[in-house]
Amino acid sequence: MVTKITPEIAEKDGYKFGFNDNARATYKYRTEKGLSEAIVREISQVKNEPQWMTDFRVKSYHHFLEKPMPTGFWGGSIQNYALDFNDIYYYARASDRPEQEWSDVPEYIKDTFEKLGIPEAERQSLIAGVGAQYDSEVVYHSIREDLEKLGVIFVDTDTAVRDYPEIVRKYFGTIVPPADNKFAALNSAVWSGGSFVYVPAGVKVDIPLQAYFRINKENMGQFERTLIVAEEGSYVHYVEGCTAPTYSTDSLHSAVVEIVVQKGARVRYTTIQNWSTNVYNLVTKRAVAYEDAVMEWVDGNLGSRLTMKYPSVYLMGPRAHGEVLSLAMASDGQHQDAGAKMVHVAPDTTSTIISKSVSRGTGRTSYRGALRVEQGALHSKATVRCDALLLDEKSRSDTYPLMEINEDQVNIGHEASVSKVGEDQLFYLQSRGITEVEATKMIVNGFVEPIVKELPMEYAVELNRLIELQMEGAVG
Amino acid sequence: MAEELLRIRGLTVAVEGKQILNGVDLTINRGEVHAIMGPNGSGKSTLANALMGHPRYAVTAGEVRFKGENILGLAPDVRAQRGMFLAFQYPTSIPGVTMVNFLRQAMKAVRQEDVPVREFREKLLATLKLLKMDEQFARRYVNEGFSGGEKKRAEVLQMGILDPDLAILDETDSGLDIDALRTVAEGVNALTTPKLGVVLITHYQRLLNYIKPQFVHILYQGRILESGGPEMALMLEAEGYDPIIAKYGGTPELAAAGEKA
Repeated sequence: MVTKITPEIAEKDGYKFGFNDNARATYKYRTEKGLSEAIVREISQVKNEPQWMTDFRVKSYHHFLEKPMPTGFWGGSIQNYALDFNDIYYYARASDRPEQEWSDVPEYIKDTFEKLGIPEAERQSLIAGVGAQYDSEVVYHSIREDLEKLGVIFVDTDTAVRDYPEIVRKYFGTIVPPADNKFAALNSAVWSGGSFVYVPAGVKVDIPLQAYFRINKENMGQFERTLIVAEEGSYVHYVEGCTAPTYSTDSLHSAVVEIVVQKGARVRYTTIQNWSTNVYNLVTKRAVAYEDAVMEWVDGNLGSRLTMKYPSVYLMGPRAHGEVLSLAMASDGQHQDAGAKMVHVAPDTTSTIISKSVSRGTGRTSYRGALRVEQGALHSKATVRCDALLLDEKSRSDTYPLMEINEDQVNIGHEASVSKVGEDQLFYLQSRGITEVEATKMIVNGFVEPIVKELPMEYAVELNRLIELQMEGAVG
Repeated sequence: MAEELLRIRGLTVAVEGKQILNGVDLTINRGEVHAIMGPNGSGKSTLANALMGHPRYAVTAGEVRFKGENILGLAPDVRAQRGMFLAFQYPTSIPGVTMVNFLRQAMKAVRQEDVPVREFREKLLATLKLLKMDEQFARRYVNEGFSGGEKKRAEVLQMGILDPDLAILDETDSGLDIDALRTVAEGVNALTTPKLGVVLITHYQRLLNYIKPQFVHILYQGRILESGGPEMALMLEAEGYDPIIAKYGGTPELAAAGEKA
């Protein structure tokens, strides 16, 4: 069944990012609706890409055609939705190149990002670099000078293909191959924008790099492609935020994120996804971690109609550690199908998955996770913990854990719980003068606290506020 | 003339269709401490929860006036704002919510106005000290992983911070060793002012060695059988509930059945 989410419903649900700037938006370039090999070639040509990338796209397009829609375990939800690949614009750009001076960004785009609080964070030096993507193309990119001098690269991926071909070619499409799944193939064919981050050996980027993704156009597809390479002993924290206007028709967000964490390096990747409820959010995120490396995904999913996202870590070197902290919140008409995947390949590797989900009204959350221990991954240790909170009688939550253990000497722990906001908890808080609405917010905020405390301060504050907005009208 | 705080008349209460209270009458004035005693299953906790407005406890008849106002239609949070407080027998935990956040929000809610951080902090520290609790305690999540004694202290801590006019203490002595009992009782005594009315709900007499009630009521099968002074608690300590139950036509076996319920 397809539920149409109207602007009225979205507004009632407190989605404050639902505005659009269509009246002023002028696109320098846009492909026709729908997808064909000609359109894929056209995108590559418009971008002036080298031949290898054009070939990569075309090959990927054919993978996309051949691959069925995901079914079975990893495609458990998508069949229920009428997603029409021919009703999407695959490429649209509003500006010719990413600007490095905020003042050079077109006025209406600037207004949009100002409303979203960017680049306020940059002005306040809360972040080390910022990227802003509007529909297909990155419109603004900057990085702190001192980091640039140390050799840190933070540019949009199109620029990276042009300016850093050796590093990009070495890793691009190796962590998530185009044939991995239908949506990875689609992204590989029509990708545009996204961030490329390169941190040289031993360099520690002390405050986060931030990217901001905005879908503006109706029926738009956003297919950013992000590649992060952290060399030996380095550290970086990358944060992304996502919003879109509220339309009555669908948009598609299908990103691919590839991360390489070399020996002893540490990467943390934080997402706060708050798409409007007409966006399909189908994303492939994967990292490889080598000897003593640490990879952490902090993944917050609040918006979208359907999200299918399972950040994964391949633990390739001894003592590598992978972590996924996943938070999902589903309100009326939404389905958050989120989780994690951990693959232990080397000995003494460790992983932790913590998933917290909140459902209200007809909202549904699913935890879908896989834990695989390969032969030879001796003494590896994995912990999975999933907690679901239901706010009313209608809301729903499911857990689909998959475990494949091919080694004996391992230590695996799995715990799951489903709880309802209890009458006794509400009564307890109310008996202290706190209203039912405030009490419910308090219980929900407390429930997600273990994830929220891992976020940078301003994101934690924003997330708590978003949750409270979603909770308005949830009770009473 | 003492000022009337709480006036209960003919209160009957049902839980999940089963009638538990069968017409309770009770009047409490400011500055008074009343003990309500009775065997398990006599309806003591039902009385406490019904007074505070727990949705599972349905008032089927009778009247409850607090400071002259009929409160039976009011939500629990409004009753708290009017000045009522219940110290729970089994306080529930709220994971992820720190005591300090909870207490501040509760204080604001009860006062219905913002509370300056400094004022809140001073009050919190003073009350913690009074109850011989560590400052770190306020950073823990509400009742999460608290020992029995910590839970009871945390309830009295809330009473101290919210400064109610009527405090109902539901089995605040249960599960406490003698030192903890003394600390909690001293805390309650220190918080007792001429404006405060206290209802002590207890199964045992031992709490009354530390908090002295002026009135003792025996609750049995949802009714107050007898009311008297502190001497009645001593008599119960010596003879148990059976003689008084027999006096009102019950049988000791009934009391024993009540114990098990």
